Amino acid sequence: MEITKQEVEKVAKLARLALTEAETTAFSQQLNQIVAYVQKLKSFSTEGVEPTSTVPGQSNVFRPDQVQASLSAEQALSNAPDAEAQCFRVPKIIQES
Amino acid sequence: MALTLLHKLTLSELQRKFTAGDVTATEIVRAYFLRVTQVEPKVNAYLTQCKEAALAQAERLDQALKGWRKTTPMMAMPLAVKDNICTEGVRTTCASRMLDTFVPPYDATVVAKLRAQNYLLLGKTNLDEFAMGSSTENSAFGASRNPWNIQTVPGGSSGGSAVAVAADECVAALGSDTGGSIRQPAAFCGVVGLKPTYGRVSRYGLVAFASSLDQIGPITKDVTDAAILLGAIAGHDPRDSTSANVPVPDYLKALKRKDLKRLKVGVPAEYFADGLDPEVEQAVRTAIEGLRELGADIREIKLPTTDAAVATYYVIATAEASSNLARYDGVKFGLRAAESKDLLDMYLKTRAEGFGPEVKRRIMLGTYVLSAGYYDAYYGKAQAVRTLIRQEFEAAFQAVDLIVTPVTPTTAFKFGEKAQDPLQMYLSDIYTISANLAGVPAIALPCGFSKAGLPIGFQLIGRPFEEETLLRGAHAYEQATNWRAKRPAIR
Repeated sequence: MEITKQEVEKVAKLARLALTEAETTAFSQQLNQIVAYVQKLKSFSTEGVEPTSTVPGQSNVFRPDQVQASLSAEQALSNAPDAEAQCFRVPKIIQES
Repeated sequence: MALTLLHKLTLSELQRKFTAGDVTATEIVRAYFLRVTQVEPKVNAYLTQCKEAALAQAERLDQALKGWRKTTPMMAMPLAVKDNICTEGVRTTCASRMLDTFVPPYDATVVAKLRAQNYLLLGKTNLDEFAMGSSTENSAFGASRNPWNIQTVPGGSSGGSAVAVAADECVAALGSDTGGSIRQPAAFCGVVGLKPTYGRVSRYGLVAFASSLDQIGPITKDVTDAAILLGAIAGHDPRDSTSANVPVPDYLKALKRKDLKRLKVGVPAEYFADGLDPEVEQAVRTAIEGLRELGADIREIKLPTTDAAVATYYVIATAEASSNLARYDGVKFGLRAAESKDLLDMYLKTRAEGFGPEVKRRIMLGTYVLSAGYYDAYYGKAQAVRTLIRQEFEAAFQAVDLIVTPVTPTTAFKFGEKAQDPLQMYLSDIYTISANLAGVPAIALPCGFSKAGLPIGFQLIGRPFEEETLLRGAHAYEQATNWRAKRPAIR
């Protein structure tokens, strides 16, 4: 199965990565190589085998719903590239009509 | 004791000297930074040094301790911490341009535990960007160098921590291990590296790479030190819901027995197949004979799914990474690209500028295997094969108490040797990856040197939450051999 440059561009868009032309070419070749290697998983029969998402498979972990100390707004914003009025500031999303 | 020799001590030796009042905390800091000044230009282990803060902390400790020496085990112990573990007020970069200026407003749980014991943070160590790599060549701030031969890589991703320990630039260090990132650099640098059972140590404050595989652990000068440091960081943490509520034993007690009588140790044939360097194989087989002489019952075992481990890992780890690294969007912390026309453009440019090639490659691969149409064929399949790997270890541990294997197929390789071929780099993780997929603990420790003078390590793998058995086996071997007597010349 061939991963085309178009497919690499689509994946890059999903991953929110702006790639250069050179990166697109390189990744297309390298991803093909890696994905070809990964095909070896097909030779392992997994019919009826449950997937492992984590070991040792805990499900929900509960704790009492109590208020605890947390970071102050000032601390939480201390690394923000841009902040204003206790909020993260980003480029405008909604266009004025 | 002459200050110029302090850096040669192990953690347990330094603890004794400090508790006895033979050295002060200030002397420890001065001795270590003298050493760092001498060798750091050659090996580049640290991304950030904390000399002023460590000195101030040491002076406070010495003042408070005057004439009264009730100490905690880690008090005044000079440690290095991998730079993907958050340290309050100290820059934590993950060796990425993305987090170049990131100063965490909180401590990782492991750091908070050490801080509560008044440890000394000497600095933050280099790594492959976001812990993705096996050589530190993926660090955005330049690679670290192997103290045994500065033309060769130290291994990775916790390369800086392994170098700092091997070059005596700290008494012990913390690393993180997702697919071998503690054990492989430990083996390349001739030190001890322990990846605990998944859930043994809290991951809170460890910058996430692959959350179902990541685990923090010690890199130390000997096995006793690994037992001490593991004891200091292990335990349940309500802030990490995957941390296990299992009592932490006194790991030093596990070291009391000097023989391995009635211990069953399995040798998996699959770990001694094609691709294993003959010198490495020879050293590991000799180590296995050493275990037998100490009384261990050595048995051949089979782990046929080993062949699937690398493929399984690079699907699961990249899938989790692509999700975890979505947080680097230029909004909440880290880099934001200048001059973007809208929000989407800001995301695209920020991530293009902030991430290096290997991180981009893994995000791409992870996004691909999770994308519509491929999810079941790759991610779903890998998760099912992961179950097979886990079950195979469970079955093996019905028959044996420990499994012994090589850590790496070769000794430390030269810079640039594998940098252009990602798949070759990934394949060098073949012996370490399965322990992460199965969630079991494993330790790497020295078992010899190549003709070229590079360290060789071997690995012991144990049952979940049986780090004591690992430490017992490793310690008995270490006491019988003493490879640590040989130290790197660094030139």
